Amino acid sequence: MAGYVHSHAAHRSRRGGHLTEPPLVRILLIAVALGFLFLFLVLPLATVFIEAFASGTEAYFAAIREPDAMAALKLTLIAAAIAVPANLLFGLCAGWAIAKFDFRGKQLLTTLIDLPFAVSPVIAGMVFVLLFGRQGMLGPWLSDHDIRIVFAVPGIVLATIFVSFPFIAREIIPVMEAAGSQEEEAARVLGAGGFQTLFRVTLPNIKWGLLYGVILCTARAMGEFGAVSVVSGKIRGVTNTLPLHVEILYNEYAFQAAFAVSSLLAFLAIVTLIVKTLVEGRLGATVDAAPVVPPPS
Amino acid sequence: MSIQVSHLTKRYGGFVALNDVSFTVQQGELLALLGPSGSGKTTLLRIIAGLERADAGSVLFDGDDAVRRDPKDRGVGFVFQHYALFRHMTVFENVAFGLRVRPRAQRPAEADIRRRVNDLLALVQLDYLGDRYPSQLSGGQRQRVALARALAVEPKVLLLDEPFGALDAKVRQELRRWLRRLHAEIHLTSVFVTHDQEEALELANRVVVMNEGRIEQDGTPEDVVEHPATPFVVNFLGQVNIFHGRVQDGQALFGPMAVAFPEHPHTEARTAAGYSRPHELAVSRTDEGGGLWAIVTDVRVSGAIVKMEVTDDQRQPMQVELGREQYEQIRAIIGEKVYVKPRKVRVFMEDPSP
Repeated sequence: MAGYVHSHAAHRSRRGGHLTEPPLVRILLIAVALGFLFLFLVLPLATVFIEAFASGTEAYFAAIREPDAMAALKLTLIAAAIAVPANLLFGLCAGWAIAKFDFRGKQLLTTLIDLPFAVSPVIAGMVFVLLFGRQGMLGPWLSDHDIRIVFAVPGIVLATIFVSFPFIAREIIPVMEAAGSQEEEAARVLGAGGFQTLFRVTLPNIKWGLLYGVILCTARAMGEFGAVSVVSGKIRGVTNTLPLHVEILYNEYAFQAAFAVSSLLAFLAIVTLIVKTLVEGRLGATVDAAPVVPPPS
Repeated sequence: MSIQVSHLTKRYGGFVALNDVSFTVQQGELLALLGPSGSGKTTLLRIIAGLERADAGSVLFDGDDAVRRDPKDRGVGFVFQHYALFRHMTVFENVAFGLRVRPRAQRPAEADIRRRVNDLLALVQLDYLGDRYPSQLSGGQRQRVALARALAVEPKVLLLDEPFGALDAKVRQELRRWLRRLHAEIHLTSVFVTHDQEEALELANRVVVMNEGRIEQDGTPEDVVEHPATPFVVNFLGQVNIFHGRVQDGQALFGPMAVAFPEHPHTEARTAAGYSRPHELAVSRTDEGGGLWAIVTDVRVSGAIVKMEVTDDQRQPMQVELGREQYEQIRAIIGEKVYVKPRKVRVFMEDPSP
């Protein structure tokens, strides 16, 4: 028996050797992959930070502390702070409806959730202008009531919600579908009310998927350019978000300031990516730890 | 608590899951709902628990209408087929859940909760696993945690959906014995669903056999085995040989076989089928009358019994089971002719064709 196992293992490793490419090919492949990554990802990112600090740290902080930049940062954070909770709520409702109920139009809802992925953000922005703009469908009514949406903060928030809304729903639908509704039923029979079931059973089960969705949603909400650019009107210090502010600075040949503000965005993106990696690890761990089909004892 | 189910009907679109089902579970009974998949037994259990709504009919708990009550107020313990343990909670927290979600006024103090949960874990022999997560347990252990969790809320009725379905044979045997002991100890009114006739007969005080949303028979395990009410029950409760023929003048005739059938004394003939279990057929070397000749096509010795397959001249295979000693007396081998005579035949008239 031992001899058999031994020869089996030996056979395996020999075959493994056959399947591996010669060292030269391996080195070449790794070099190409790393070189490509360096050229297209690391180098540009490094350039952002190098250029940002090119005129010294003082100039860097001056560019960031500049009132328009601060206003843009504030607006970006406000838009994200409204869009992410709104999409969280919507994502939970949609996820719950799709994963736990059967109803007519379920397929349509699933498809519609993906719409912002399919539509160019510029078109999304245009839609809001056409709806709420001065010449838009609701324009006269809005101006009669002195409500400004386009070229104002509400428009930016709306556009941000639109482009970032699939992220959370798409992350939690598969998690909720995999979890099924048996645990909720068990909670109900054990005497838990609706809210107790939600907070003690449903949310803990999907928390990592939910967090992952929130992170992706936040990243998109802060980085959005196209849709926001159309509805913003780019009024400095009022309706400028960080990405728009970068563009303005760049068009004005204020390269150092443009890069300094860009570095803020890049920094936010890097933080998001780090958190995402951490969460992904946890997501994988919980999925592994909870097999859908219980193994035989 | 007793459960009285009357005239329950449930449809899913065009599919009738339950068709006018009525039965009563007495206080302290351990009742099995036995039937093939799709027979409506799980739907019935879920309606009793309040997880599903019936289209018509009523469920009474001790005479009180339970249908209007929310599942959380019904006082039932439910053990799900795949356990449905809360995977993000430890075993201890799973069992404590039902106590922790009570309204503050009825919630026991933390120390009481600890004591109750530990007692229950001891009852299901898992007190050493309290801080594990469900994913770290074997199937049998999960099953017992699910049971402890259901018992924690001190239900008046325990409902179990295919409680041992996902376990391997040995663990299933153990858990069955264990559940029977537990029931003898706490005498909780219990209903369990199963498609395994052996499980139903071994465990239950009473068996309700279901098929296509209707009750085929409601009786003790002995009733169901010895006096099956319908051909379906005979078929479902194990292997059976079927003879096709007719009844006439107080006799049932299946080819050369004839047995008395006083239920139909009329001269008008009706088609009928006779059912004999493999162990109800006697095999001999001589024509003893009332049976038929057949050729042995297979002989397998399995422990104390010998399983034989014989074929009559209609090429109709029959299964025969003999005790080892009976077999030693005839010693028939493959290809030999033997005389097969049923010791017992259950005859059911078939509905006259429209």
